[in-house]
Amino acid sequence: MSRPKTPYVAPEERAVPDLDSGKYLVMWQGPNHPGITGNMSLRLVIEGDSVVDCETHVGYLHRGFEKLMERRLWMQNFPLVCRIAVPEPDFNEYCYAAALEELAGIEVPDKAVWLRTLSLEMIRLASFLMWIGGQAGAFGHGTIAQWSVTMRDYVLDLFEELSGGRIYHMYIIPGGVRADVPPGFLRHVLETMTVVEQNLKDIELVMFHNAVMKMRAVGLGYIPPDWVDRYGITGPNARAAGFKRDLRKDRGYLAYPRLSFEPVVGAESDAFERARLRLAEMFQGIDLIRQIVDFLPSEGPFRERLPNPLHWKIPAGETYVAAECTRGEYGFYVVSDGGDKPRRVAVRGPSYTHAVSVMERLVRGVNIADVAGLMVSLHTYPPEIER
Amino acid sequence: MDIKDIIAPFAVWKRAFEKPFTVRKPIDERPGAPRYRGFHINDADTCVGCGTCESICMNKAIDLVPVEGRSPSGGDSGLRPRVDYGRCCWCALCVDICPSGSLGMSNEYLWIDSDPEVFRYVPGVDPKPWDGAELGYRRAEGYRLLDMERVPMPELSHAEGVKSFLELVKGYSREQAEREADRCVACGVCVASCPAHMDIPGYINAVRGGDLETGLRLLYETNPFPEACGRICTRACESACAIGSGGDPVAIRWLKRYIADQVELADYGKSLPRAESATGRKVAVVGAGPGGLSAAYYLALLGHKVTVFEKDEAPGGMLRYGIPEYRLPYPALDKDVDYIRSLGVEIRHGATVGKDPALAKLREDFDAVYLSTGLPSAYRLDVPGDEHPRVLDGVAVLAAATRGEELGLGRRVAVVGGGNVAMDAARTALRRGCEVDIVYRRRQVDMPADPEEIREAKAEGARLIERAIPLRVEDSGDGGARFVWNEAEMVQKEPGKRPVPEPIPGAVVTERYDSIIAAIGQGPELSYITEADGVEVRRMKPVTDRTGRTSVPTVFAGGDLVNEKKDAISAIADGHRAARAIDRILGGRGD
Ligand SMILES: Cc1cc2nc3c(=O)[nH]c(=O)nc-3n(C[C@H](O)[C@H](O)[C@H](O)COP(=O)(O)OP(=O)(O)OC[C@H]3O[C@@H](n4cnc5c(N)ncnc54)[C@H](O)[C@@H]3O)c2cc1C
Ligand code: SF4
Repeated sequence: MSRPKTPYVAPEERAVPDLDSGKYLVMWQGPNHPGITGNMSLRLVIEGDSVVDCETHVGYLHRGFEKLMERRLWMQNFPLVCRIAVPEPDFNEYCYAAALEELAGIEVPDKAVWLRTLSLEMIRLASFLMWIGGQAGAFGHGTIAQWSVTMRDYVLDLFEELSGGRIYHMYIIPGGVRADVPPGFLRHVLETMTVVEQNLKDIELVMFHNAVMKMRAVGLGYIPPDWVDRYGITGPNARAAGFKRDLRKDRGYLAYPRLSFEPVVGAESDAFERARLRLAEMFQGIDLIRQIVDFLPSEGPFRERLPNPLHWKIPAGETYVAAECTRGEYGFYVVSDGGDKPRRVAVRGPSYTHAVSVMERLVRGVNIADVAGLMVSLHTYPPEIER
Repeated sequence: MDIKDIIAPFAVWKRAFEKPFTVRKPIDERPGAPRYRGFHINDADTCVGCGTCESICMNKAIDLVPVEGRSPSGGDSGLRPRVDYGRCCWCALCVDICPSGSLGMSNEYLWIDSDPEVFRYVPGVDPKPWDGAELGYRRAEGYRLLDMERVPMPELSHAEGVKSFLELVKGYSREQAEREADRCVACGVCVASCPAHMDIPGYINAVRGGDLETGLRLLYETNPFPEACGRICTRACESACAIGSGGDPVAIRWLKRYIADQVELADYGKSLPRAESATGRKVAVVGAGPGGLSAAYYLALLGHKVTVFEKDEAPGGMLRYGIPEYRLPYPALDKDVDYIRSLGVEIRHGATVGKDPALAKLREDFDAVYLSTGLPSAYRLDVPGDEHPRVLDGVAVLAAATRGEELGLGRRVAVVGGGNVAMDAARTALRRGCEVDIVYRRRQVDMPADPEEIREAKAEGARLIERAIPLRVEDSGDGGARFVWNEAEMVQKEPGKRPVPEPIPGAVVTERYDSIIAAIGQGPELSYITEADGVEVRRMKPVTDRTGRTSVPTVFAGGDLVNEKKDAISAIADGHRAARAIDRILGGRGD
């Protein structure tokens, strides 16, 4: 059953407000967006305190990564790709490495497969922790952000221990990973998971059993199921609309086929449902991390020998590698012309769809106070829109 | 909505009484993790300044710069990496790739200064508080971006090799050569150490790319003996190789051989240059060794008419009459020489300068003369009895082997000396079925021979007798000779100098041998230079300037005759240098 707050607007129906009528106010939200989602802005047309029309504006963060990559050696792109989506660098590292490995016909050692899975699940948790603070904050709960950002920092401590970096881990390198786990690391992982889990329970209590949250989020930003395929909506946004789609299951990459989990699916498809679903995925993520720690082989190589990175040429070909990130399908399309640099790289981030097409349509009729909450409920990262 | 939704949010208050997560002064209380990728450190003494860090850095954050107190020397460019923290992204690829392993990162991450310039610094040279930090990012155990192991060379086994004069080293296949070439980081440190300054990274790059024509052209730019040098070069480059600072140096010599082996002589012309026009000038070269023929090659390329005077019946000098064929087979040498000949270089065999023709005649008939007559006469043992008929001269034995003569060494042979000539003589004797003792006055580590040669000689069955000072040779009365030596101990006479052997009183050893081969060095034969020629000779060497010019402006000299290194590539480099200098006196530009 749907519970939209706003009347359904078919995607093709776009009212063009007459700005000269004096009825409307044009208001820019951003480019420093209140929803900690990075630099983009919304040009809102307001009538009273509800939004009549919205145009998204990106371009504040364009760094030209895809083009830059065409001028760098295959291995030199490894430290570059992580910067495409700042809060979740590891998915870039994984997709890029996996694409190269596929083109070059490289088999990654099992240990590296597990370590890659571990770092992807750790960053999923860290990224959700950042999101949940933003989501709560957007609805007026600053306290939760204080907690969750701390929890995220604990996960980043783990990354620092594993990879030597907190934000940009540069750990998943073509061929495998850069190092085995340091001594005591797995114990720290488990200890951290206990702390995070406890905190998430507190967060669940105060955020999801919360009259204000319910009043503001229930029914907000309802995504009709027929939009899902129309706009290419993926990840929690699609699952909250009832779609049991998760690349970890559907594509079965890395160690996921060897882990036991079921995609979390919702039905209500509004901001509250999406938030609940993500919370459930956080608990699920903690469980996955514990499983990975259990399964992680203690012996064996963690990287396959590759040719000299200064001369490495990859046979001509093209491929698309995708992974399930916190926001949905994250993918790298890589073309090699047989040379020592990529001919073309295109990055598919879920935020492009969610923050541009979907947001522009969902925001109509929404109270301006809820725009930030709605935006965050789509969980978008503008840096990945602009590669 | 139920009552819980009103009450539950107040649960946040329980945290008000907990210790806060945040710390007040995290700045100096939180060290980076043991693997933290903090500020760079560099062990400047281990670093060889190869600049591989500079090549891999995608941010161009590294520049190799000269630093005070370091100058270029074999295997060290004298430069050190300077990091620019306005560019660095702390990816540590530079650390991962560093061949010597000198580069690392500390776990320090705080550095506050109002002067932006200071954030560009040379780690390990500009002192920093984190110098020598124990913690911080290091390349993990078992993880390398570069392959530090050489592609093994297919070779005959020692048991197989010692049975015949077949070439031991078989050469790389294409796949092997390309894999070996892939190990090179193209730093170019080797180039400076090569006497001929060959474009090593260039031709290795050609091997990697399968472009052997370019490879051959690059070889011939500085060395017209790639077949020979690809087998027997003393390879100073490999000692300088940056990869060698942390693993096996790239097999530069064998990659050179690979190029030359792969291209047919008939196809050389496709990639190699020729003289555009003849200058009409004539140059005489004395000696058809690698030095003389290199001079001839470059002079011919410059359009001069070159005639080589050679006393022996075949060209190549010591490459043919010294180096045994299991190391350098004659067809390989012939290929190098034939190409030089194909440029119109004339070699007159059986022409001993000094007898016929005289040097004066050459000076008269030619516009310039290049002397590269090498070191043909072996030093004597210089002990009583060294004129005994069973005391043989090492180079003469090797030359006889080249000529296919019966050596008549007998069963037990002593080879006296520790250089390459001694090893070659010993291994030649082994191949002729002798039992061989190598008798050397110092220790194995002190031997000037290539360690590989020593290892192989021993593996083939030669016995090494170290610290043996020859005393005399006596007749054994049964057709052989008794070799008498005094056992010695190594004594450090002066600090910092190499220890010298001192005879141990009373420790005198006598062994009977069928032959005793003296291989303790060779000297020049300069009788062909007469006083009337006016070529100044000092300490048995013609005096030359840096270009090889002697005191007579039209007479040049080089190779073993002049230089200290006494190896093929130095003779080749001398020949090339002299050719350019001669071209200049003949009115050319010398290029
Ligand atoms: C046994 C042995 C092993 C060696 N191994 C190596 C090795 O592994 N690697 C390496 O790099 N180097 C090696 N060398 C050294 C190398 O062979 C020499 O450095 C190199 O050949 C020197 O070249 P050159 O042109 O100066 O003289 P040479 O090669 O000695 O050539 C001189 C030529 O001049 C001729 N000649 C002399 N006098 C006259 C005259 N009056 N008239 C006409 N012709 C004359 C000689 O017949 C000879 O052909 C070895 C040398 C020996 C003896
Ligand atoms: S850490 Fe990375 S960016 Fe910094 S100097 Fe090294 S290679 Fe360059």
